[in-house]
Amino acid sequence: MSRAAAVGIDAGSTTCKLVAIDAAGEVVATRLEPASPRLEEQAAQMLSSLLAKLGAADGLPTVATGYGRRLVRGAARQVTEITCHARGVFRALGHGGTLVDLGGQDSKVIRIAGDGRPLDFAMNDKCAAGTGRFLEHTAGRLGVEVAELGERALHSLMEEPITSTCTVFAESEIISLIARGADLDAIIRGLHRSLVGRIVAMVRSVGLDPPLILSGGVALNRGVQEMIAEATGERVLLPPRPQLMGAYGAALIAAGG
Amino acid sequence: MSRLDHLLRFRLAGRAGLALQRRRAERRIDRARPGAGPGLNPPLRSVARMRELMSLHYLEGRYVSGIRPVAWVTSGAPSEILKALGFFVVYPENHAALCGARRRAQRLCEAAEDAGYSRDICSYARTDIGSVLTGDTPVGRLPPPDLLLCCTNICQTVLYWYRVLADHFGCPLVLVDTPFQYRESPLPHEVAYVRRQLEEMVPIAERVARRSLDEKRFLEVVTLSKQASGLWLEVLERARHRPSPLTAFDAFIHLGPVVDLRGDPRTVAYYRQMLAELDGRIAAGKGAVREERYRVLWDNLPIWYRVGPLSKFLAERGVNIVASTYTHAWGEVAPLMDPRDPLTSMARVCLYAILNRSAGQKLEAMRRMVGEFSIDGVILHSDRSCKPYSLGQIDQRRTLAEELGVPALLLDADHNDPRVFAEEQANTRLEAFVEMMGR
Repeated sequence: MSRAAAVGIDAGSTTCKLVAIDAAGEVVATRLEPASPRLEEQAAQMLSSLLAKLGAADGLPTVATGYGRRLVRGAARQVTEITCHARGVFRALGHGGTLVDLGGQDSKVIRIAGDGRPLDFAMNDKCAAGTGRFLEHTAGRLGVEVAELGERALHSLMEEPITSTCTVFAESEIISLIARGADLDAIIRGLHRSLVGRIVAMVRSVGLDPPLILSGGVALNRGVQEMIAEATGERVLLPPRPQLMGAYGAALIAAGG
Repeated sequence: MSRLDHLLRFRLAGRAGLALQRRRAERRIDRARPGAGPGLNPPLRSVARMRELMSLHYLEGRYVSGIRPVAWVTSGAPSEILKALGFFVVYPENHAALCGARRRAQRLCEAAEDAGYSRDICSYARTDIGSVLTGDTPVGRLPPPDLLLCCTNICQTVLYWYRVLADHFGCPLVLVDTPFQYRESPLPHEVAYVRRQLEEMVPIAERVARRSLDEKRFLEVVTLSKQASGLWLEVLERARHRPSPLTAFDAFIHLGPVVDLRGDPRTVAYYRQMLAELDGRIAAGKGAVREERYRVLWDNLPIWYRVGPLSKFLAERGVNIVASTYTHAWGEVAPLMDPRDPLTSMARVCLYAILNRSAGQKLEAMRRMVGEFSIDGVILHSDRSCKPYSLGQIDQRRTLAEELGVPALLLDADHNDPRVFAEEQANTRLEAFVEMMGR
């Protein structure tokens, strides 16, 4: 294993991610845990255990990102998720495009220039509709594992339209659909459609500059991937480890400024 | 209220007390030392005089009932006629903004909501109605109106809002309707239509004031108004200098007199003095923001309950919001005012209000400002309360970003209702916007 040179921490709303890279910018170690309410302690513990494993107890250049970025002790700098995701994805894929980052509590669309600079971005406004939380919340209500959601949405032949974009109101809608005997998978498919509708509208507000790239935890959901491709008419690209792109970008910034 | 109260508490004690407060504030500003690193420099000294002017105005309001006739007017209304008739003029929008800045708006909005007004109504309207219903105000007392003047050149909400006020206070309401403008200049019949309404308003206002409009006094007020608006535009144009001697946050608060007190010689004197202070800063190469790295244009109303924190947040990142479409709106009408034909020119001014013109014209103005003020980025405040101002911002944002290559951010908030504002979300967007300008 090559020597670690820098660390990026993405203290997100749902998960806390760490990525260590070597001098060449290659990933040497990663950590991912569900976010604890005591984020400050969690990030500190994850960082010290990672540094111990890497044999760098004296510390490494570290940049923090994510909603908890200001709570991360030991980070020299805080940089927003927008810049970090753009940097991580550009390095991982080697080209720009339109990046859709689907996180736990927010979704963002970032246009990345041919040289890797973020050109423009849009984020979900005012509420958590259109984010991972929307799926997570409703999965809980339906008694389905989050990891299963995408496949079940894809394999359903029927679709129940969900009109509420509000997570809380969508829940009431689901309850009444279940009460009317609607098929569970058809509801799940409808939920995905509703989420994708929000995301695609945001893509349009920034303008789609192909290729279309997905990152963030929700990017792993195959149902979301396929429905976005269908709605935009564009093939969807995924970097390796899409969930770690924020932390990876933060590490790259820590290493190279 | 008695004449004695008006004389003692306002004319004598009030004036002297506020002048003393102003001198103390000026000394505090003179003694303030700038800190190190990026951030805000000590405020403009003129802020003390502005506070004195505005406080005097609101102080007079406490004791004015029965002494002078009182009118409540919308921000785009032709108040010069009323001022010439001796009216004490209250701007509920300015009062609402003051409630917002003093963190009092939320409970006033809630009071209006308790009375059945929807949360979807403009937060200025809810703040005002809440204040009227509860008597709660940071200025002690707002004098009830003898006359209401509502001009639809800023939005349609004012129509219903002022009908509520007319019903509550049982006083006459004058409505000035302004046809929406899709072209650069209005058509002759549109000017005639507005002018006729102004003519019709005069006898109603005269009856309430129990006096006739004195032509000479009217011309004097229009002339002073024109001077104040012209000086205001000059103040704003000083921000073209790098570093800019003022921020748009300064402009948001120094806007008070040109809205509320135009037509008053003290307002003209105050802006002259402010201009001299700005010129002093320019000569000394001193900016409002230490280490001004990025110059930003703001669109829409301020976020009143966050003016201070937001200006500090941005200044610490080397950002100066140097211009805004909102503050310019009160300066750009000055050339249209013409004391030789006051009524026709006032009709033109009413029609020319920024919110009475098409979104394309606002985009054109923003495009121009990006060049004139050497703008590095644009923040478009998408104001939940102000639909006419926010309409078209998604396209405007995209056009500015694509055509001019400047980062442009749509920031979701509300000018007076803090419940709509998500601090953490807003900060992330603003930080990302700053990072994008620094690429």
